[in-house]
This record gives sequence, C-alpha cells and structure tokens, in this order.
Amino acid sequence: MNASPQQPAIEAIGISKIYGQGQTEVIALNDVSLSVARGEVIALLGPSGAGKSTLLTAMALINPPTSGRIVIDGVLVMEGADAKIDLRTFRRQHLGFVFQKANLIPFLTALENVQVAMEINDMPVRAARQRAMYLLDHLGIADRANNLPDALSGGQQQRVAVARALANQPNLILADEPTAALDSHRGRQVMELFAQVAHESLAGVIVVTHDTRALDVFDRIIEMEDGRLLDG
Amino acid sequence: MNLALRDIRHNASRFAFTTVGIGLLLMIVMGMGGIYRGLIFEATLLVDRIGADLWVVQGQTRGPFAENSRIPASLEDRLRAVPGVARSRRFVSHALQREHHGKPLRLMVQGLAWPDDKGEWVSLIAGRSLGLALGEYVKFGKDRYRVVGITGGMSGIAGDGLAFFTVSDAMAIQFDLPGEALRLERAARVGRSENQDLGRTQPLSLERAGGPTSTLSELAPPQVSAILVTLQPGTNLDHTVNLLSAWPDISIHTAQQQRDLLLSGTVEKSKRQLGLFSVLLIIISTIIIALIMYTLTLDKIHDIAMLKLIGARNSVIVGLILQQALLMGSLGYGLAWWMGHYLFPYFPRRVLLDTPDLIKLAGITVAISVLASLLGIWKALRVEPNTVLT
Ligand SMILES: Nc1ncnc2c1ncn2[C@@H]1O[C@H](COP(=O)(O)OP(=O)(O)OP(=O)(O)O)[C@@H](O)[C@H]1O
Ligand SMILES: [Mg+2]
Repeated sequence: MNASPQQPAIEAIGISKIYGQGQTEVIALNDVSLSVARGEVIALLGPSGAGKSTLLTAMALINPPTSGRIVIDGVLVMEGADAKIDLRTFRRQHLGFVFQKANLIPFLTALENVQVAMEINDMPVRAARQRAMYLLDHLGIADRANNLPDALSGGQQQRVAVARALANQPNLILADEPTAALDSHRGRQVMELFAQVAHESLAGVIVVTHDTRALDVFDRIIEMEDGRLLDG
Repeated sequence: MNLALRDIRHNASRFAFTTVGIGLLLMIVMGMGGIYRGLIFEATLLVDRIGADLWVVQGQTRGPFAENSRIPASLEDRLRAVPGVARSRRFVSHALQREHHGKPLRLMVQGLAWPDDKGEWVSLIAGRSLGLALGEYVKFGKDRYRVVGITGGMSGIAGDGLAFFTVSDAMAIQFDLPGEALRLERAARVGRSENQDLGRTQPLSLERAGGPTSTLSELAPPQVSAILVTLQPGTNLDHTVNLLSAWPDISIHTAQQQRDLLLSGTVEKSKRQLGLFSVLLIIISTIIIALIMYTLTLDKIHDIAMLKLIGARNSVIVGLILQQALLMGSLGYGLAWWMGHYLFPYFPRRVLLDTPDLIKLAGITVAISVLASLLGIWKALRVEPNTVLT
C-alpha cells in the first residue's frame, strides 16, 4: 500500500447503488465517480436523500455498491458487490470512520474505546494505550479517559469516536456528519483536526456535512443531488 | 484488553444472578452423583468392612440382603471343621423401627458374634449417628440396653444407622414377644403335647414344653441370618466354594457376589433414576446458559457490528462470547462445589463427592458452556457491520 503521493487515496469509478427492487426500488447512487488525492480534504454536501451516506458507506467498504469499482491506494477492492480482498482486514488497516452517532462500545471507557481499535490491529497493549491517551489529550478529553460513554456528553463521545478513527493512522478517513453533535467551535476544531491529519500523514478525508460555517477548512467541496455529483 | 471481562463488569448483576442459578443447578447435578456414590457406599459398607470371605446362607436363597435367610446357628461349628476355614461367625441383621423420645428411631440391628467378633472393624468415631447419646438407655424387647459407643458413618442399604449388639441380644430383640403371647404359646405347646403320643408317654416333656422357647433347642434351634466364613491365608477360595456347594442345606456366596447382589438391585434402579435426572438438569443448564448468552449477545449486537466495522477479526467476537460462557460455567461449577461442601453433610442420606465424578462434571460443564455459546456466536457472526448505521 505504499503507493506514490500522486496516486489517489481512493477512486470510486461509475458507482451505482440500487436499494430494493420493483415498486420500492430506489436509485441512491447513479453512476458516481469520485477521486480523492492523498492529503486532500473533501466536503460532501447535498440535500437529504441525495445519496451522501450511501456513497460514503460504499467507499467505507461496508455497503457494497450494485455496480462500479472502488480502488484504494491503487488496489481494486470492490467490483460491483464483489469484494476483491478481505474487507475487514482492509478496513482495520487503512480506514477510519466517524458517523453521526459516536457508536462507542458502552462497556469500554473512553480510553479503551480508542485503544481497542489499535489492539485489534495487533498493536501491543502499552503502545496502544499510550497513543489512545495522546489522541484523547489532543482532542481535549484526556480528563474523561476513564469514563464509560454513558457518562460523557454527546460532543465528548463524538470526540472519542474521532480519536478512534485516527488511531490506526488510516490512509482514508470517512466521516458522516461527524460534527452534528458538537457546537460550532468544537465542530470546527474537529474539521481542522481532520485537515491537519490529512496534510501531515497524506491521508484522504471525505466529510459529509451540513455545517457551511466550516467549509473554509476543506480543499474541495462536492455537492450531490439525486444520486449524482453536481459539476462544480 | 479482555472484552469479555469488561462486558461482564458492565452487566455484573445479570451475570452474577445467572451464574448463581447455574451454580445451584450444577450443585444438584453434583448432588445426584454424590447420592449415587453414597448409595453404593452404604449398600456395600457392611459387606466390605465385616471382612468375610464367604457368606453361608439358607439353602436356595441369596442371603439376608435379598430375602429372609434362616440357618441354624450351630452351622458355625460345622463350618469350622472345613479345611482352610480360619474363622466362622454368626451374622444377624434385621431392621427395626421404634419410638424414642417421641421421635421415630429406625435402625438396623446388627449382631456381632461376641466374643469372636468384638467389632474391631467398626469405626468408633462420632459422626452420622442414630441420634443416641453415649450412656443413654434404650429399651428393646424385655431388656434395656446402654449405649457404650457411638459409631461414625455406619449405615445400611436403606440408609438407616447400624446398631451393634451381640448375636444373642440381636436375636432376643428379633424374636421378642409380649409376655401374654409367650404364655399363650407355652400353653398351646403344652396343649399340643398332651394330645400327642410323646406327651402321654413322656409326661416330663410337658414340663419342658411349658418353659422358655430358648431352652427348647431340639424344637427350635437358634436361627441366624448367615454364617460368615473367613479363610486361612493362602486357601483357594474357589476350592472351598466347590467343597461347600456339595452341602445341600445351605447356599454359599462370596463377598464379591454379595456385593454384586446388593448393587444390582435397588442401587442399579436408583442409578438410572438419578442419571436421568442429572441428564435433564444438564440439558436445562445448557438451555439457560444458551439463552442468557444469546440475550447478552443480542444486547450488544450493535457493538459487535461496530467491532466488525472497525475491522475486528471473528476470533475477537467469538472469544468475547465463548469466554463469557466458559466463565459463567466455571464460576457456576466452583459455586456448586463450594455450596455442596457446606450443604451436602446436612442431607438425610450420605452424599459422597467422588473426585473422578467431579472431574467428569467439570468436563461436562466446559462442554455445555461451549455448546451454549454457539447460538450467540452464530448470531454474532451473521450480523453485518453496516447495521451500525441503522
Ligand atoms: N437501506 C436502505 N434501503 C432502502 N433505501 C435506502 C436505504 N438507505 C438509503 N436509502 C435511500 O437512498 C437514498 C439516499 O439515501 P442516503 O442515506 O444516502 O441520503 P443522504 O444524502 O445521506 O441523506 P441525509 O442527508 O438525510 O443523511 C434515499 O432516498 C434513501 O431513502
Ligand atoms: Mg446521510
């Protein structure tokens, strides 16, 4: 996966996604192609139902497209709904995710939630713990490290989720409305953190957002409507 | 980090209650096995301890443990004359139930052929006993008997305590009749004799007929349940058995045959009964562990999907469920063992925890824990990572 910086972090080529069939058929993505360069931070905008989440989860390898190809770091990973590699291993090693809900593991503390992502990626416990602490500190929640998610506010939980997404130094970070639960100041901080990680470690970042106040952080803004990318 | 333990910590009370439940069930399973071992122990205790090589019993019968066996006590002397016989003793055994201090007192009256058998083989330690105190007097038949020693752990096949008497006392208790019945019987005897030629020609015999039954040895020789024979060292058992088999008035059994006889009857049935109950309880335990593991898995199915989404291997997810099931099983087992050790001694009949049985049950517990986690594991492995998003 040590591809040259010129190579795109991810390429989605002619992706279509059709939910249901017959009467209930919904074309959520209609021949979408998108390429994200290494170190590039992209905002994905669009009205509700435009297909933003569908595109993001398809690129996150958790929602196989109906047709089209996904190439990550020069490796063909999806062809239509067929996985060309072991997706779970690939996700573990190369992708980071943040969703609208934090989706923390409720029986693990904030620190452990970040740590577990590295431990399942075979990092030694001590190193994982240290890095988890470093990330939480960086996101301003080190003082809550030993709290269970229940005891954290929505915004604090979301920051733990961001720390978890960054834990394995992914090549590609995919975030679906990650700042919905944060105030605009914290929201902006998270966006800036993504941008910083992208630029420092040459990771590609795609963020679905409705928050137009922080758009200046992004390198490129892409709009979607009715399952298509708008030119612009 | 161990996810299983952290999840348990989070669901501690539910896990603890289920574990206690499993522990109680396993304790009952353990107890069933213990009751079976106890039955075997009690059934064979006497045969094992009394140290006889051969049991000589009434002809065509299988001895006092199977049915009524009556043989003349004098057979003891005939047997002593047989080559290879070191020792022969009378054996008397019968069950008895009386009131004592307003409570039922059930005991097996056990006759010792004193002074030949002084009961050295009886362990004189306090323990499971008849509830009689040392020095206490108990009335059986015409006589009062003083308790001169308390035995520990001596019980018969029905679980009743053994009470040791001399053979003659045991017989006196067995054949005791109320005074009026004795008087009537003596009168009847005199009456019968008077009507017979013997009574008319030998009037003196009428006087004897009116006396105590025990003095009429010609009429009613003392009857015992069996004669126990101990062979001289180096004597061939089969040879002696063959020799005695030629005596038409008796039947002869080896100690091993008596043992088998005791075990093949009631104990064998109880074994099947207890075994079936144990199997049912084990199945119930499996179902309970399976259900709780399944609900625990369903409760965290979203978290499992999230773990898969961030790339956790199946081994992480299987380990999470399997470790919990195994922990529940082994904690339950430990609890069962611990509770059993405190509770079983208070059971009315002996519960013997046998180490091989305990090891077997430990193996079964591990097996059912694994089996019970399969349903949860199946569910967890099927969940798609994208269910996190819904
Ligand atoms: N699992 C599904 N089954 C059927 N239809 C679906 C499913 N998921 C999404 N859709 C449909 O696909 C279309 C695109 O949905 P998607 O969630 O990608 O939109 P979105 O742009 O993320 O919207 P929002 O801004 O509200 O999150 C919608 O019409 C939606 O109803
Ligand atoms: Mg969406």
